[in-house]
Amino acid sequence: MIVHFEPASEEGIASVVRSAAAERVTLAIVGGGTRSGLGNPVRTDRTLSTRRLSGIVSYNPAEMTMSALAGTPLAEVEAALRAKGQMLSFEPMDHRPIFATSGEPTIGGVFAANVSGPRRYVAGAARDSLLGVRFVNGAGEMIKAGGRVMKNVTGLDLVKLMAGSYGTLGILTEVTFKVLPIPPAAATVVVSGLNDAEAAAAMAETMAQPVEASGAAHLPESVRGRFLDGALPDGAATVLRLEGLADSVDLRAEKLTAALSRFGPVSRLDADATRLLWAEIRDVKPYADGTRRPLWRVSVAPSAGHQLVAALRLQTGVDAFYDWQGGLVWLRMEADAEAELVRRYVGALGGGHASLVRAADNVRTAVPAFEPQAPALAQLTELIRARFDPARIFNPGRMAASG
Amino acid sequence: MPEMIGFLKPKQAVLDRRQEIVADLKDLLPKGCLISEERELKPFETDAFLAYRRLPLAVALPETTEQVSAVLKYCSRYGVPVVPRGAGTSLSGGAIPQEDAVVIGLSKMSRILDIDLFNRTATVQAGVTNLNISEAVSADGFFYAPDPSSQLACTIGGNIGMNSGGAHCLKYGVTTNNLLGVKMVLFDGTVIELGGKALDAAGYDLLGLVCGSEGQLGIVTEATVRLIAKPEGARPVLFGFASSEAAGACVADVIGAGIIPVAIEFMDKPAIEICEAFAHAGYPLDVEALLIVEVEGSEAEMDAMLQRIIEVARRHGVTTIRECQSALEAALIWKGRKSAFGATGRIADYICMDGTVPLSQLSHVLRKTGEIVAGYGLRVANVFHAGDGNMHPLILYNINDPEDAARAEAAGNDILKLCVDAGGCLTGEHGVGIEKRDLMLHQYSRADLSQQMAARAAFDPEWILNPSKVFPLEGRPAA
Repeated sequence: MIVHFEPASEEGIASVVRSAAAERVTLAIVGGGTRSGLGNPVRTDRTLSTRRLSGIVSYNPAEMTMSALAGTPLAEVEAALRAKGQMLSFEPMDHRPIFATSGEPTIGGVFAANVSGPRRYVAGAARDSLLGVRFVNGAGEMIKAGGRVMKNVTGLDLVKLMAGSYGTLGILTEVTFKVLPIPPAAATVVVSGLNDAEAAAAMAETMAQPVEASGAAHLPESVRGRFLDGALPDGAATVLRLEGLADSVDLRAEKLTAALSRFGPVSRLDADATRLLWAEIRDVKPYADGTRRPLWRVSVAPSAGHQLVAALRLQTGVDAFYDWQGGLVWLRMEADAEAELVRRYVGALGGGHASLVRAADNVRTAVPAFEPQAPALAQLTELIRARFDPARIFNPGRMAASG
Repeated sequence: MPEMIGFLKPKQAVLDRRQEIVADLKDLLPKGCLISEERELKPFETDAFLAYRRLPLAVALPETTEQVSAVLKYCSRYGVPVVPRGAGTSLSGGAIPQEDAVVIGLSKMSRILDIDLFNRTATVQAGVTNLNISEAVSADGFFYAPDPSSQLACTIGGNIGMNSGGAHCLKYGVTTNNLLGVKMVLFDGTVIELGGKALDAAGYDLLGLVCGSEGQLGIVTEATVRLIAKPEGARPVLFGFASSEAAGACVADVIGAGIIPVAIEFMDKPAIEICEAFAHAGYPLDVEALLIVEVEGSEAEMDAMLQRIIEVARRHGVTTIRECQSALEAALIWKGRKSAFGATGRIADYICMDGTVPLSQLSHVLRKTGEIVAGYGLRVANVFHAGDGNMHPLILYNINDPEDAARAEAAGNDILKLCVDAGGCLTGEHGVGIEKRDLMLHQYSRADLSQQMAARAAFDPEWILNPSKVFPLEGRPAA
């Protein structure tokens, strides 16, 4: 990757953008570049990196908020939080293993791609933790949105709009986000040997109980051995994570064990194994296989996940696992991406969307990475884009083929 | 009283065509769904921000999304402003109409469409009340988390418009964190759907943008929200303190210690007295400030968390700790808190501020708020969501005394500026409406506001929807 601009200040970025807009020079916006495989391939005249815009601006553990410049390495943010017993509650996935990329993810990149993990249902996505942003729009203006307090409905929520806009609306320069205490205790309850449909039913039943599972996943037999170096018990593993005060975790684990015993043999993982397992689920370990076989991230209602996989299996070679509390099904195709098939079935099973996260270059060029939108929505998206980046110089084509 | 907050000048061309517009709208709607008689329009002239009122041109009460679409299509074609309305409980004037506007009220769209316990979602029409959702799933052990104090009356459509919060948002988040999808009608009648039963949607986070947009981006007609399993038990506990500062510092330390209860509510002495007289909840009357801290879970879990909170409270010299002994007591404690605004309204007129501040600033802002209000010769009662720094000073005044009213408004403005200057914001959950519109430039630069207005214009280029709200009237782009 050739980086042409590395401004060390927001003003520097604004100045580059103003000249680029005047000359209609397109810019690829990168942080650490570890997730540049997300979205459609982008061809631009120049690359602008936020790498030198780095550093934690303020951190007040008692208020559970941090502000950091966009290019701050995620590792630096997480280390500072850990030192005070806190964390990013939304568990951002590390995309390096599946893309085989190197480099340091930045906090700006995390929010630009709304990168979230298995705590999605109880703690929200990255967008739910994001309280405020500063960004440079396509006209080179420096804009502030949101703030640094937990509740804020002052004006339009541009913060949400910026999260997950993949640098197509503006260049994030500073982010302010909510953090949470690291739970003092954690455990994972494992039910073994369920098929996909039984697992979904067991999950739905337990989620109706007051157990507050901060993670729920189903790892079919085809992927089970790839987790914890094969240390999970034999058979497909349906896993539920509990976090909180030690006594409370124990109590809830007992309650869950009692409720789940009728589905299959139940075992328990300790805190260390729990931490490792959920990091592996978050980072899609089974499909970090050194290949570029097509990988889909599918967002559907929990009841639709196994139906989707079952329907696809009748038609094509596919392997899958389920991160329910992250709201996801991960699909790895054996050969073809089968975009039309995947998206048709997602639509037929009650809706949702499928993103092509990884594929060979020729496939990525041909298949829209993000679910194509209904005409009225696509038009609205275009209008919004035009109001933030009228010259369309930021990451053209990354989200929608039309620019 | 003299009005300090202006409205857009009514469009003469629209006023001149009033009869024709009313007749045309009648044709678009079923019988009995259009109100145009002055006597019947009266209830729609204001909301819970009572100091301002405007009689609308007409009120449409559609029964379907298609009818909402037809009315919007007509109004945008003829440049008639539209003001959406749920239950009219806005505290910031978000639902106050204007003389040339058609109000679209969603009260007839009050059906629960789908409850899906497997996927933990409910899909409802916009006019369903907040509390109705929780009641519909309560027997199955679920609830809908955001709980504004007006939850008995307020609608989910209004909640989405204002991104409403409530006492229990400390743990479960506000509306935007619990909303999965909407069906909405754009200014020109186009119907779109955002999100659904999945946890996120493709493309830009338009759902996040729409939530809290105060009816300026479109009219939501249906919503899909997430349901949460009810905790095994919940217990509110009262902590009394000898000063507001001590109570404020205690809140900051509880959160700072990594303890996050479901709710931490704050009341100062005037608020305690008002609420106790109304609800007889058993609040201690010999303290200067009171915290209602709610913990939830099994008995053992609640005991463990309470123990930790009590340790922190002791360090701040807590003078009274009262655990309730029954579900009835717990209900009374919350009744008292949730009727705070209504109870205050029995003894005086009031305006309610809604600024949010960083927790470290809580004590400072409370003290300065007292000084500001006293400086105007008025009284204040504080009752608010302390855990997330969302303050609600109620400034007491006499609405029939113009000078008193002007002083109250001025005091409110000073308090909001204080909140912004302390690192906070103008409004945490009530919305900007007309009330805080003219203070927006205290929090945002012209460029910041222009970017927000640019996003708005992508949805409503002609400024048809709720046009007098949120953005200062001067400095708007030419339509």
